[in-house]
Amino acid sequence: MIQVEHISKTFKVSRRSAGFLEAFKALFHREYECVKALDDISFNIDEGEMVGYIGPNGAGKSSTIKVLSGILTPDSGSCHINGRIPWKERTAHVKDIGVVFGQRSQLWWDVPVVDSFLLLRDIYKIPDKLYQNNLDELVNLLDIEQIIRTPTRQLSLGQRMRCEIAASLLHSPKILFLDEPTIGLDAVSKIAVRDFILELNRNHKTTVILTTHDMQDIEYLTKRIILIGKGKILMDGSLENIRKEYTDTKRLTIDFIGEDIQLVEGMKFILQEKNHGVIDIDSKMLTVSDAISILSSQVKLNDISVTGPSVDEVVAQLYQKYHI
Amino acid sequence: MKKYMSLLRMRFISGIQYRSAALAGIVTQYVWGFMLILGFKAFYDADASAFPMSFDALVSYIWLNQAFLAMFMPWITDTDILESIRDGSVAYELCRPVQLYPMWFYKSMANRLSRAVLRCFPIIIAALFLPRPFKLLAPSDFGALSAFLLSLFIGFLLVVAFGMITYIITFYTLSSNGIRIVIIGTVEFFAGSIIPLPFFPENIRKIVELLPFASMQNVALRIYSGDIIGIEIIFRIVLQLFWFIAIYLIGNYLMRKAMRHVVIQGG
Repeated sequence: MIQVEHISKTFKVSRRSAGFLEAFKALFHREYECVKALDDISFNIDEGEMVGYIGPNGAGKSSTIKVLSGILTPDSGSCHINGRIPWKERTAHVKDIGVVFGQRSQLWWDVPVVDSFLLLRDIYKIPDKLYQNNLDELVNLLDIEQIIRTPTRQLSLGQRMRCEIAASLLHSPKILFLDEPTIGLDAVSKIAVRDFILELNRNHKTTVILTTHDMQDIEYLTKRIILIGKGKILMDGSLENIRKEYTDTKRLTIDFIGEDIQLVEGMKFILQEKNHGVIDIDSKMLTVSDAISILSSQVKLNDISVTGPSVDEVVAQLYQKYHI
Repeated sequence: MKKYMSLLRMRFISGIQYRSAALAGIVTQYVWGFMLILGFKAFYDADASAFPMSFDALVSYIWLNQAFLAMFMPWITDTDILESIRDGSVAYELCRPVQLYPMWFYKSMANRLSRAVLRCFPIIIAALFLPRPFKLLAPSDFGALSAFLLSLFIGFLLVVAFGMITYIITFYTLSSNGIRIVIIGTVEFFAGSIIPLPFFPENIRKIVELLPFASMQNVALRIYSGDIIGIEIIFRIVLQLFWFIAIYLIGNYLMRKAMRHVVIQGG
């Protein structure tokens, strides 16, 4: 469905040092530097897949989304989405896609949200019946029935983001690009947005490509992640495998009654208090069940929980490994 | 076509939300119009025969100029469009199955219309009931009125098409400030909104009247006040049409060129 082959894009960035004199010099002579935003990017995405596209700031995530949505022309490489080249057949291509840029707004500021929806209906030439069905469904799932009659300027960020997402889906696109859709949202709104995206993917087989810095989004929504750094794709694989590959530690949190605990090699206290402790286990040296039996032979365990490292930690390790 | 009409309606609705701005505009333009007329009256009282237009025609010219200011003034730019280029929200508009040029064309048309509609009627009505010689006179006949309306409409399209070029240049310069100042100065002077074109020296006037700026409000206002009559009306309207089509085509060409190496600002 989406085939990207060897895409590269270079931006010219003007640079100068701080200060008045430097600014004055820059009037006559500007120094430009070429920054490779995308460097030989290739990947394939199948219909109905949900892919998390991650990487630190400035890695090239947004540039990729812009290329895929047809608003940025790459210097070289090819890209076919549903058989079309996005930047060559922009108007035909964009009918099939929905885009949400988390940091921008597509709703008209001064009028009620539903007016913006009506305009989109006319722009995409959505048949009345389909529009009504889609609107009912979206309003229902996103819980925005009251909200859409309010002018955009009076909405909270969470309310607005739900409306933004609805606006991007009115024309039933086959592909949805989400560029940081949960940025700045509170916990409730984040969960509402995530649940909705899951539902959408399940019911309509919509292909979703998601860029985010919120690793809970990734964990909750996607099975596959693509890691990009300095314009290059560094890794492309399932979240589970990556997690297994990059983490050898399990974390035990215990409440216990008893005196000192003697740890064996491969176990390490992260936190040691009276009757409470957090212990990291190196799973290459001993298994979790071994560790538990060592502990329970010494003290009476009241409560115990085993956790893997958070996705945040995994990603931090990845960034470290690739020096990005 | 329907999508553009919706867009026009939408921008229009957004535009008429600001009632106090409209009220302030009406008062300003009313006072400004009066000031201009009083200034010219002093000159006319000294020697009326030294002027190329009759005082009545001049008064009508000034009132209509003030009434339709929002449709013709070069300093009215759609800040939404300029902002969207500067901060990159133009990305959303490029994700729509619509060509950018017509989309922005209708948007800026609606922007100007929404301002003009709220302001023109109070000014025109008030000016119609003033005592002479400050009164806005009715047009001489029905023919002049329809020619005025036609010319006003084409002139309006030309102004919008001209404004589009400002927006397209902003794709390259990012800030519209410099280019706007140059354009505002040029257009205001050559379009006859500072002093009417008939007041220009003969030789300069002949050239200036052929420029696109003279095809903006100049023609319509002078048809209304009876300064342009007969066969000359047709000639002037054809010239207006020519300039509109020319600027429209140039704008479309530049837009296509800009699109090829447009960079969306911001992450």
